[in-house]
Amino acid sequence: MQTLEPYLAEHPFLKGLDPRHLNIIVGCASNVSFDAEQYILHEGEEAANFFIIHHGKVALEIFTSDRGPITIQTIGEGEVLGWSWLIPPYHWHYDARAIEPTSAIALDAKCLRAKCEEDHDLGYELLKRFAHVITQRLEATRLQLLDVYGVH
Amino acid sequence: MKSIITEPMIPKPFRIHRKLKETHDTYTIELESTNGADGFPFSAGQFNMLYVFGVGEVPISISGDPSMPKMLRHTTRSVGTVTKAILKLRSGDVLGVRGPFGSHWPVNEAVGNDVVIVAGGIGLAPMRPVLYSFISHRDKYGKIILLYGARTPEDLLYKKELEQWRGRFDLEVKVIVDSATGSWRGNVGVVTTLIPRIQFDPLHTVAMICGPEVMMRYTLKELQNCGVKKKTSMFPWNVI
Repeated sequence: MQTLEPYLAEHPFLKGLDPRHLNIIVGCASNVSFDAEQYILHEGEEAANFFIIHHGKVALEIFTSDRGPITIQTIGEGEVLGWSWLIPPYHWHYDARAIEPTSAIALDAKCLRAKCEEDHDLGYELLKRFAHVITQRLEATRLQLLDVYGVH
Repeated sequence: MKSIITEPMIPKPFRIHRKLKETHDTYTIELESTNGADGFPFSAGQFNMLYVFGVGEVPISISGDPSMPKMLRHTTRSVGTVTKAILKLRSGDVLGVRGPFGSHWPVNEAVGNDVVIVAGGIGLAPMRPVLYSFISHRDKYGKIILLYGARTPEDLLYKKELEQWRGRFDLEVKVIVDSATGSWRGNVGVVTTLIPRIQFDPLHTVAMICGPEVMMRYTLKELQNCGVKKKTSMFPWNVI
C-alpha cells in the first residue's frame, strides 16, 4: 500500500524535512477531498486540522452582514491551509470553501501538537515553516491594505 | 507606409471612431486620422500626448496593436480634468494627438527567452501592445506568461481578450484580484503571490513589470527570490 510519505516529502511546505520527523507527521495524516462549494472549515469552530493542498483551490472568506461572504485570499496546490491549530484557543478565524474540487492531506491537530510537545525539534521545525508562511501572508495582506490599484 | 505624425510638437487631429467601456471609470478610445493618412507607427510601450481642445493635454500609453497602426487605441481612467474631458467625448468628436514618445519594451531582446509579464491595475494597458507583439511572433519566444492583478473582478481590463488569451495553449494567463464576493471563482490575493505558482527558466527569462510602484517593487523581489536576475527586469516610466 502506498503511504502519504513520498507525497508529503515532495510538498513545498515539508520539502527537506528530516525523514524521522516526516515519519511522525505521516502518523497524523489522512487523505481528504472536498467538492466544489463545500465548506472545509467555519469561523469559530475548533481548528482540529490543518491541510496540505494537493490539488484544487480554496477560498478564505469573511462573512459581512452588508456584502455577504467576501473572499480575502485563495489557496491552491503546493500551499497550506490553516495555522489556528497552532495557537490557543485553536479556533478558526475565517471560513474556507473549496471553489474547485479539492484534494488535500489533513493533519490532525491534537495528534501533531502532542508529537511537537514530545519532540521539540519537530515543533521548532514546524514553527519555522509556519512562520515563513505567516510572514508571506502578512506581507500580502499589507499590500492588499494599501489598495495600490485604487485612485488616490 | 506614410506616417501621420511628422512634427511631434504639433497636435494632429484624430477622430474618435469608437469608445469602449472597460470598467466603471476606464475606457478605451479608438482613434483614426481625420486626413485619411495611412499609419501611426509606434513601438510597444510608447505613449502619446492627447489634447482635448480648450481643456488641456495628458500623456496616455498606447494600448493597441503595433502591427495595426491605422487604428490608434488608448485606454484611460477618469482621474483628472483632461481624462474626464476625454471620456465625455463621443464617437465622431476630434482630439489632438502628439507622439509617439517614450522608450519601448525590449521585445526583440526577449527573443529566445521565457517572458513573464506582470501587470497591475491599469498597468495592463501599456502591456497589451507587448502581448500583441509576442503573439504575432509567437515562435520566437519560450514560455509567455501574463500575471495580472486588479482591485476587484469588476476592475479587470480587457475581459474578453483575457478569456481569449487564457484559452490559448501557447500562453499562460493568471489573474488575481485583491478581494471578491462569492461568485468569483478565480484567484484572490496580491499579484506577487502568483509568481511562485508558475514555472519558467529563471536564467533565461525576461520579466516586464507595469503597475503601481509598490507592486513593481515587491514583484521584482519575488522574481529575484525565484532566481531572475535584476538586469532582465524592465521598468517602464510611462505608467498612468
